[in-house]
Amino acid sequence: MSVASGGPLKVLVLVKHVPDAQFDRHLAGADHSIDRSESILSELDEYAIESALQLIEARGGAKAGHTVTALTMGPERAAAAVKKALQMGATDGVHVCDPALAGSDAAATSLALATAINHLGGFDVVLAGMASTDGETSIVPAQLAERLGLPQLTMASALELGDDGVLTGRRDSDTTSTTLQATLPAVVSVTDQGEEPRYPNFKGIMGAKKKKTVTLALSDLGLDAAHVGVAGSWTHVEDAQARPPRTAGTVITDEGDAGVQLVDFLADKKLL
Amino acid sequence: MPNLELEDDYQDLSDTVRDFADTVVAPVSAKHDEEHSFPYEVVSQMAEMGLFGLPFPEEHGGMGGDYFALALALEQLGRVDQSVAITLEAGVSLGAMPIHRFGTDAQKEEWLPMLASGKALAGFGLTEPEAGSDAGGTKTTARLEDGNWVVNGNKEFITNSGTDITKLVTVTAVTGTSERADGSVKKEISTILVPTGTAGFTAEKAYNKVGWNASDTHPLTLRNVTVPEANLLGTRGRGYANFLSILDEGRIAIAALATGAAQGCVDESVRYAKERSAFGQNIGKFQAISFKIARMQARAHTARLAYYGAASKMLAGKPFKTEAAIAKMVAGEAAMDNARDATQVFGGYGFMNEFRVSRHYRDSKILEVGEGTTEVQLMLIARELGL
Ligand SMILES: Cc1cc2nc3c(=O)[nH]c(=O)nc-3n(C[C@H](O)[C@H](O)[C@@H](O)COP(=O)(O)OP(=O)(O)OC[C@H]3O[C@@H](n4cnc5c(N)ncnc54)[C@H](O)[C@@H]3O)c2cc1C
Ligand SMILES: Cc1cc2nc3c(=O)[nH]c(=O)nc-3n(C[C@H](O)[C@H](O)[C@H](O)COP(=O)(O)OP(=O)(O)OC[C@H]3O[C@@H](n4cnc5c(N)ncnc54)[C@H](O)[C@@H]3O)c2cc1C
Repeated sequence: MSVASGGPLKVLVLVKHVPDAQFDRHLAGADHSIDRSESILSELDEYAIESALQLIEARGGAKAGHTVTALTMGPERAAAAVKKALQMGATDGVHVCDPALAGSDAAATSLALATAINHLGGFDVVLAGMASTDGETSIVPAQLAERLGLPQLTMASALELGDDGVLTGRRDSDTTSTTLQATLPAVVSVTDQGEEPRYPNFKGIMGAKKKKTVTLALSDLGLDAAHVGVAGSWTHVEDAQARPPRTAGTVITDEGDAGVQLVDFLADKKLL
Repeated sequence: MPNLELEDDYQDLSDTVRDFADTVVAPVSAKHDEEHSFPYEVVSQMAEMGLFGLPFPEEHGGMGGDYFALALALEQLGRVDQSVAITLEAGVSLGAMPIHRFGTDAQKEEWLPMLASGKALAGFGLTEPEAGSDAGGTKTTARLEDGNWVVNGNKEFITNSGTDITKLVTVTAVTGTSERADGSVKKEISTILVPTGTAGFTAEKAYNKVGWNASDTHPLTLRNVTVPEANLLGTRGRGYANFLSILDEGRIAIAALATGAAQGCVDESVRYAKERSAFGQNIGKFQAISFKIARMQARAHTARLAYYGAASKMLAGKPFKTEAAIAKMVAGEAAMDNARDATQVFGGYGFMNEFRVSRHYRDSKILEVGEGTTEVQLMLIARELGL
């Protein structure tokens, strides 16, 4: 039963485990994937969790039977992203984990996520962050909507769900603000312009352990390994090189003609 | 072998508070320190995180954690801002804890949910102009009149007693005297709950302190303050014993805060020593500096072990008075010593108020004094040794 017909609101929130931006990032291994040894829940996904929690809290929260399911796809330690979501208040977790998924690009990632979402079934809203803080393509939510055949409200903030089951959000650009609407179910990606995500409290931290998390492998999803991972990816990283260290810039000392020198410098670089 | 690795829940709490301290507290610390302003916006976010309810049961609005959880949070806050940390420490361990430990059901129901939520603060008024280390010198009196306590006296240096959200101060007062066998007079000291709105209660002008500038500290005047007889906290005449046990616990909390301060000095010094250069190299390459910082790290580590040890005894229900006194003393001295060394590492910048290490330098002194001076801790340790 969906929320529009009076059932509980079922929200799915996508959370990605990413390298901590505090540390230097580097690429490792034959497929040039990012070294993930110091990883955390993508900070932008915390906004998605906050939005998800607010959607259910506006209707009485988990106590009233509404749910927020946190879903991640990633290696074993990516379970930490689900755990953080559960500590913040998500009601249950799903971890799609299979060695064959390693090296997935956006298309393969969205395929695995869409298959998992269909497998679990029954969600009213699928919420994602505006971009992961590592891959940063922002394309996964759009691909997911396409694969699920659902409307997409991307780069939204200030979500509101009416009693009629219509979800409204706002998309801000530098000069305009657009109001977006969709009937549920829908896929939404939220920006960092909404309310600051909450910090988990100790009750949440202790309670997270008691919440249910299921781990799904490709075989559970009926997914063929050839369609995901490096094998199933549409794009391939052929080579990667560390950026050369920055060289010293040009210093212009003002001896009365710094303005002219500056313009000459920019013109020389074809920047004017 | 003892296991000193933190269990997951504790580690996650510590990491969460660390993140909060770095992203929410640190950016406004220098401003509140300079302006001597109470960080209401920070305190309200700490309240939302449930920090004020950490060691209290859920049925009273708490988080269902324990005293060690509180200590871990204090360490992380003390690392970046001692004023914010002491606001939490005093609010929980001096303000709300006496009610949790000694209150009647009615008192708990009235006060704990409000205090555990962090929406209101309570202070604890023990120290007086002429009674500090020697609390037996208490001169404030409370006499029973027509079913009410009438309280008169003065309190000194009371934390959290005059903020906009302070709702209660628990005061110690002499409620009677008796004669000892040798003819000397024995004071009967009790604790009384005084809501701050009560007529005759005044939080006087805040002090101009050396440090802890963003923490709220006032002298209190109580003139014929009249509260119901039911506001007696704990058994009449047990006030002295009760606050001594509250102070024992509080020392673990202060030790944790001080450990954070000591660690904060290390972290800042390491960063600076890698960045600042003199005579053609980073100052961290001079052994005089690296050894200084290594010694600071050893002090912070020792302080942490001392408070973990005291807390584990306390949580196991074993006597912990001496361990708490040791932890309080060792950690307080570690903070002060590390602050002195850290400001040395920073050179002239260490003498500029806006730097975190100089704030620790001003803030750490009180850690050797508040909630029992170093001399008082030594008295307790020596007494345990039979001296
Ligand atoms: C060097 C290098 C180059 C790459 N080049 C390409 C390339 O050219 N093309 C390409 O398609 N990929 C490429 N990738 C892989 C890509 O960066 C991602 O890892 C991809 O799998 C997911 O896209 P994203 O992280 O950009 O997600 P985004 O679309 O930025 O993420 C948006 C939101 O989707 C959700 N989400 C995304 N991933 C997950 C997940 N695993 N689990 C749960 N939720 C998730 C989150 O809510 C997230 O906030 C490259 C990777 C490397 C290391
Ligand atoms: C910022 C701040 C916040 C505070 N918050 C509170 C609060 O919330 N509630 C509260 O009740 N109090 C509070 N206090 C008071 C604090 O606990 C006392 O200042 C402290 O206990 C010392 O008491 P005193 O100042 O009277 O010093 P004294 O007791 O007069 O001590 C002076 C010196 O004599 C030494 N001394 C005393 N007796 C002995 C002895 N027997 N042997 C050896 N040496 C001795 C002491 O160690 C000290 O060095 C606060 C103080 C400050 C500065």
